[in-house]
Amino acid sequence: METKAFQRIYTQLMGITKATVTLKAQGIANEELAMVHGRLAQVVKIFGDMVTLQVFSGTEGIPTNAEVVFYGEPPKLKVGDDLAGRFFDAYGRPLFGATEIEGEAREIGGPSVNPLRRKQPSELIATGIAGIDLNNTLVTGQKIPFFADPDQPFNQVMAMVALRAQADKIILGGMGLSNDDFLFFKNVFENAGALDRIISFVNTTEQPPVERLLVPDMALTAAEYFAVQKNEKVLVLLTDMTLYADALSIVSNRMDQIPSKDSMPGSLYSDLAKIYEKAVQFPEGGSITIIAVTTLSGGDITHAIPDNTGYITEGQLFLRTDSDTGKVIVDPFRSLSRLKQLVIGKKTREDHPQVMNAAVRLYADAANAKTKLENGFDLTEYDERALKFAHDYSMKLLAIDINIEVDTMLDTAWQLFAKYFSKTEVAIKNELVQKYWPN
Amino acid sequence: MKTKGKVTGIIANLVIVEVDGPVAQNEICFINLSGVNLKAEVIKIIGKLAYVQVFESTRGLRVGNSVEFQGHMLEVSLGPGLLSKNFDGLQHDLAKMDGIFLQRGDYTDALDMDSTWEFTPMVEAGKQVTAADWLGEVPENWVKHKIMVPFTLTDKYTVKSIVPQGTYKITDTIAVLTNSKGEDINVSMVQKWPVKRAITAYREKPRPFKIMETGVRVIDTLNPIAEGGTGFIPGPFGCGKTVLQHALAKQAEADMIIVAACGERANEVVEIFAEFPHLEDPRTGRKLMERTTIICNTSNMPVASREASVYTAMTIGEYYRSMGLKVLLLADSTSRWAQALREMSNRLEELPGPDAFPMDLPAIIANFYARAGMVYLNNGTTGSVTFIGTVSPAGGNLKEPVTESTKKAARCFYALSQQRADSKRYPAIDSMDSYSKYLEYPEIQEYLNKNISPNWVNLVLKSKNIVQRGKEAYEQINILGDDSVPLDYHDRFWKAEIIDFVILQQDAFDKIDSNTPIKRQQYMLEKVMEIADMNFKFDGFEQCSIYYKRIINTLKQMNYAQFQTDEFNNYEKELYTILNERRVE
Repeated sequence: METKAFQRIYTQLMGITKATVTLKAQGIANEELAMVHGRLAQVVKIFGDMVTLQVFSGTEGIPTNAEVVFYGEPPKLKVGDDLAGRFFDAYGRPLFGATEIEGEAREIGGPSVNPLRRKQPSELIATGIAGIDLNNTLVTGQKIPFFADPDQPFNQVMAMVALRAQADKIILGGMGLSNDDFLFFKNVFENAGALDRIISFVNTTEQPPVERLLVPDMALTAAEYFAVQKNEKVLVLLTDMTLYADALSIVSNRMDQIPSKDSMPGSLYSDLAKIYEKAVQFPEGGSITIIAVTTLSGGDITHAIPDNTGYITEGQLFLRTDSDTGKVIVDPFRSLSRLKQLVIGKKTREDHPQVMNAAVRLYADAANAKTKLENGFDLTEYDERALKFAHDYSMKLLAIDINIEVDTMLDTAWQLFAKYFSKTEVAIKNELVQKYWPN
Repeated sequence: MKTKGKVTGIIANLVIVEVDGPVAQNEICFINLSGVNLKAEVIKIIGKLAYVQVFESTRGLRVGNSVEFQGHMLEVSLGPGLLSKNFDGLQHDLAKMDGIFLQRGDYTDALDMDSTWEFTPMVEAGKQVTAADWLGEVPENWVKHKIMVPFTLTDKYTVKSIVPQGTYKITDTIAVLTNSKGEDINVSMVQKWPVKRAITAYREKPRPFKIMETGVRVIDTLNPIAEGGTGFIPGPFGCGKTVLQHALAKQAEADMIIVAACGERANEVVEIFAEFPHLEDPRTGRKLMERTTIICNTSNMPVASREASVYTAMTIGEYYRSMGLKVLLLADSTSRWAQALREMSNRLEELPGPDAFPMDLPAIIANFYARAGMVYLNNGTTGSVTFIGTVSPAGGNLKEPVTESTKKAARCFYALSQQRADSKRYPAIDSMDSYSKYLEYPEIQEYLNKNISPNWVNLVLKSKNIVQRGKEAYEQINILGDDSVPLDYHDRFWKAEIIDFVILQQDAFDKIDSNTPIKRQQYMLEKVMEIADMNFKFDGFEQCSIYYKRIINTLKQMNYAQFQTDEFNNYEKELYTILNERRVE
């Protein structure tokens, strides 16, 4: 982004807040970029000749006589095949001293796909994790977050899912990523020999929070290039969207907007939806799948960030540590993949939907039995069996360190049914029981 | 002459325009941005400044850009050819737009302006007519689409001339009407109407007196919705709102379904796009898409048109109602519409009400729900718009402003429960918290008893009572423990479980179980209530639970079987064998 010749330089700021500056200027376009005192900024409000700019890296030390130069265009990313295998900052500038890439400069945060031109997602993404493949099957073109407390290994699970998912490109959008986690992703991808299909846009905790606002749009602009121009299967990883939303609230607060629930801006739903709805299956075969992380505070999903996210995304995956087995599992009760109906029993074996439901129902019976036990009541013989089943189900299927095929998951489930229950207790359609019940 | 203006301020999609002449509240204008026209609506005027909400992204807009006002409010085009179409929130035809991505200012016509229709007149010259009277009809899909006296004509008219039967272009004049002052008005097949005003050109709106069948047992049997009634479905995410709405769209006994996908996920609409052209309406055998119109303003499309989308949908519904059709309007989700109002109220720096929503939110919601209803048309026949909206309460908390305001406006309340969804008891409608006010209407009770069975309402109330008592028994068992309560408690609990598993729960993904006609609902409820009246003998509570599970399993197999086939009858026989094992007088 070079300064062009004969550009007007403004030198008088009328107002400065922690995230914005205001000055008098004419002929300025909404959302165009500017350089304020050597820092990138974007127009967020125009009122007559008063222009308010959001300074991404914060306004510390900016004097009222700072130089302001307008670029006349919104933020852009140069897209091309060269993006692959490289690391960028939130502005799309190469990291580690790499050179600028060649390619067409595209506006980030571009228009939405005409819903009528979308294709219905129907391709399963296999991860080998039964908590996902069996209970909450993922599909290309889906958007789904991990809801997890900060102490849970969501980044590890996400990296594992990304590598197993057989995507053509994996695009990492890191927002407020700790440097350690950033290096973790880098190492995992490097060790897997996958670096040439990875593109990273990273804002770490060491960098200013408002910069994060650019990361998802950068990552998704790159994703659209590969999915539309190259018809590739692109997987976008966004971590951590809670920190992204926090940055939104900082900006809206500085602009004196009336906060709604949990001090979040009233537009939070639309802001998040604009990002997540970039997930799409194109008719020509390309797709963008988004797996995100939304960290929770004490497992509270009623907070505005996870709550709005849940209404936008196609399900959510909860991680928790199972106290009986000590394994990290994908919680079968609270997790959900809304698109699973498009593939289970269609792309997978016919018994998949019913086996999945029966297993979760029996697991729920075990949870009830556990409550009884905790309240000091006697267990029935059925309760005892349910508890044993739950233990095995957790060890052999739910634990995230298990890596098996969907058919094996189904067979395993049938074996557990037969081991602990009678056919009527499992309550699956008779024709399926006759076909799959192990002898 | 049209009023013109210049942009003087931009805050996201709120733009301030200095005008050179008169402007009206809610007037439509176009902002010129390097040759592209961006549609916007006036929402506030102070002196020479008009505040407009832009239905597009305002990126690149500058102070000084020119604006042209249109002299009318946001309107939709009404005429033959709206069925089976997919529109955005402002009624632009999505199919006519070029390219994969939506481009700003790509405003396509709602109707096919070159299309021709086979017109048959229904009146003769000399006849007196008023707004909404039928002048003639054209076949649209299977509907006899009525060409009406435009709703905007408020005088009394005499038909001066009408074209004979034949094929005409949609824009051709098909009739000339003379008003009371002797002026002539040309009428074509197309008319326009401002979406935010209700179409009230009908004789009267009576209380609803029929039910609308949906094939969903927990609705039809326990909390029926009336034809022309209103209902809403609040629930936290993941409780099955969307699946339930889709089930209603597929199965409801309506002539026309309008789906307003308002600020929700695009893939959900894609599911309708993909499936409805192939799925059949179980009653008529026609493809579902033939009776469906979709207004699609997904969450990533502009916020202001999200607000407009529900009005667009309602206006199209009212138009078809005026033809004597039974319309079902589904809006998913009205919370997103309320949020769009909130975003704009916030940018206008209005003083906020609860949760930063505008103060007049309850009134806006109530006005909207009031547009539904069954009506007697000018010619005495009936037409109806039944409206069911979903609400997405923040944090699943039903005490938030949108849910509370809607509760006051809608007559049916279908509460989705997180607890039921967690235990995969779908549809997760909590039959105890939910209600249908219509069940208390004497005219509806009379209709049910006459059309289903003479004692139907009592049977339904009795079944609700059993579920309630079962719930109480379950709480006692949980507090005191399985063996510290009388066996009777277990029996009561399990009888309620039969109703839950066999009537309340329904598999939306099973071909047979997903749609239960009312006759079959009656059969199964009567069957279940017959069992509820039976006495069984048990030696202990474990025996009781094992026994009832067998009964439930057999009844569920009946639900999965084709009604009254050999398979169904065999399960029923099996059921009685089980019942006779332990039955005592």
